Amino acid sequence: MTITAGIDVGGAYTKVVLLDDEQIIGRAILRTGYKPGMAAEQCLASALADAGIGRDRVDYMVATGFGRFQVAFSQLNVTELTAAAWGTHALFPQTKTILDVGGHAVKASRIDESRQVKSFRLNEKCAAGTGAFLEKTARYMGFGADQIGALAATSSIAVPISGVCTVFAEAEVINHLSQGIAAADIMNGAIVSLVGKSVQLMKRVKIEPEVTLIGGIMRFPTMVSAIRETVPGDINVPEGDLVQFVAALGAGILAQHQVHRLAEQGAAGAGRADLVGAGAS
Amino acid sequence: MTYAAGVDVGSTQTKAVIIDEDLQIVGRALVSTGSNVTVAAETAYEMALKQGNIHEEEEGVGFIVGTGYGRYKVTFGDAQTTEISCHGRGAVHMFPGTRTVVDMGGQDTKAIKVSPTGEILDFFMNDKCAAGTGRFLGAAAMALDLPLDELGPTALLSSRPVKITTTCTVFADGEILSLIGKGKKVEDVLLGVHHSVVSRSIGLLSRVGIEREVTFTGGVACNVGMVSVLNQELGFEVNVSEDSHYMGAVGAALFAMDRIVAGRSPARRSEVRV
Repeated sequence: MTITAGIDVGGAYTKVVLLDDEQIIGRAILRTGYKPGMAAEQCLASALADAGIGRDRVDYMVATGFGRFQVAFSQLNVTELTAAAWGTHALFPQTKTILDVGGHAVKASRIDESRQVKSFRLNEKCAAGTGAFLEKTARYMGFGADQIGALAATSSIAVPISGVCTVFAEAEVINHLSQGIAAADIMNGAIVSLVGKSVQLMKRVKIEPEVTLIGGIMRFPTMVSAIRETVPGDINVPEGDLVQFVAALGAGILAQHQVHRLAEQGAAGAGRADLVGAGAS
Repeated sequence: MTYAAGVDVGSTQTKAVIIDEDLQIVGRALVSTGSNVTVAAETAYEMALKQGNIHEEEEGVGFIVGTGYGRYKVTFGDAQTTEISCHGRGAVHMFPGTRTVVDMGGQDTKAIKVSPTGEILDFFMNDKCAAGTGRFLGAAAMALDLPLDELGPTALLSSRPVKITTTCTVFADGEILSLIGKGKKVEDVLLGVHHSVVSRSIGLLSRVGIEREVTFTGGVACNVGMVSVLNQELGFEVNVSEDSHYMGAVGAALFAMDRIVAGRSPARRSEVRV
């Protein structure tokens, strides 16, 4: 048995998945905050506690996400697109298009059968096209990020919110509230706006079935159903909280491959290695 | 004596100004706009009357012009004018040499080209993104837990600005705090924030064409750091009035006085073009 860790240091959250061969044996998630290196350290410790094993049992660690360069203890860094491709491929092998909507970034990518990234588009410059838009909209109405899903689920109609700028949306939200519009319907409207922007990004990489949706924002059923209404064909969504861990899972799987590859070369544990063809960075 | 009033309902703050027939400001007031725009407008107007010691019944305010994004919520106003016209008019009144106005408010920045008589020739504004507005400075203030009025003076303690790479106001606090976390000095980061906002406003100014003199108006013009960085980046000094914050309201009050004067003339004009 080989134990590996995938560490995904995202803009909003840091996720760690521990794998024993193919099996997930532990995972953890926490806010990245302003010290990504420290978040990775703490998140790894929580995941090890979850799995009930010591750190010395981990054979190989791969870091990904925007904060991957701050992870001091990983043997290899890969881009989040590569990690997401590996994780998605493991869950839904027929995946050709991935939409990853996170708290601070949205990524659309197209991959081939061997999980090579063929094309991608990102938005991490403007909060209006990311999960931060939903979080701020919720906050303007006095709700926390953890209440978004439940709140939107009670809505029957989406009240449009212009998704041009997260800051400008505040006045719009307050205006709607003062006119007696339900917070749930405003939340739903914000989700519809975010879906519009995300699908646009996906179209730019050319949508090819199957489509798989990942990222923390896909925990909200309203988000997924709004995408299903817009994008035809089969759409896969990893179950439950796993949607948030797909890139970490991919990094963990990549670490498994790396261990086997190094073993074949008779050079296991040779420190930081180069992984040709997997988009290492 | 007849007075004229201008009420400028901005996204963040509401300003009211009362002027007399000599076009001198006799009362001014500023309140937070908050969620009830009409109440904010009424409060600011009443405070300005009180400050000017004007009793509406006896002396009378002859005409009230509302401006700003909430101008149609000034229910007691007699007419409405865009804030672009008002800032242009106010700036030319205070600084007759003005040909370009940069107005920076809580949520928007405008670059306005004006004629020698204060007519609007052209303008550009950031209508799609809050970067480069007062809100970006506000986000920095929140992240660093500093009051707004200390931002400028603190930034000016630095001579080595740290480059801010974030465009989005929402993501700015993250970058600012991680820079501080890496050991950068607060004043260096803040000076970088000022440079970021100024470079965006210069982008807008360039689109309208920078013609001297340039007058800097709006609430952000009260920030000495912004004035200093703007002067430095433009390579000359911009005009800044002590009443910068009230410039839109001043312009509105001047338009209101036009109406009063026009109403008195024998060939009474039904409409004053504003």
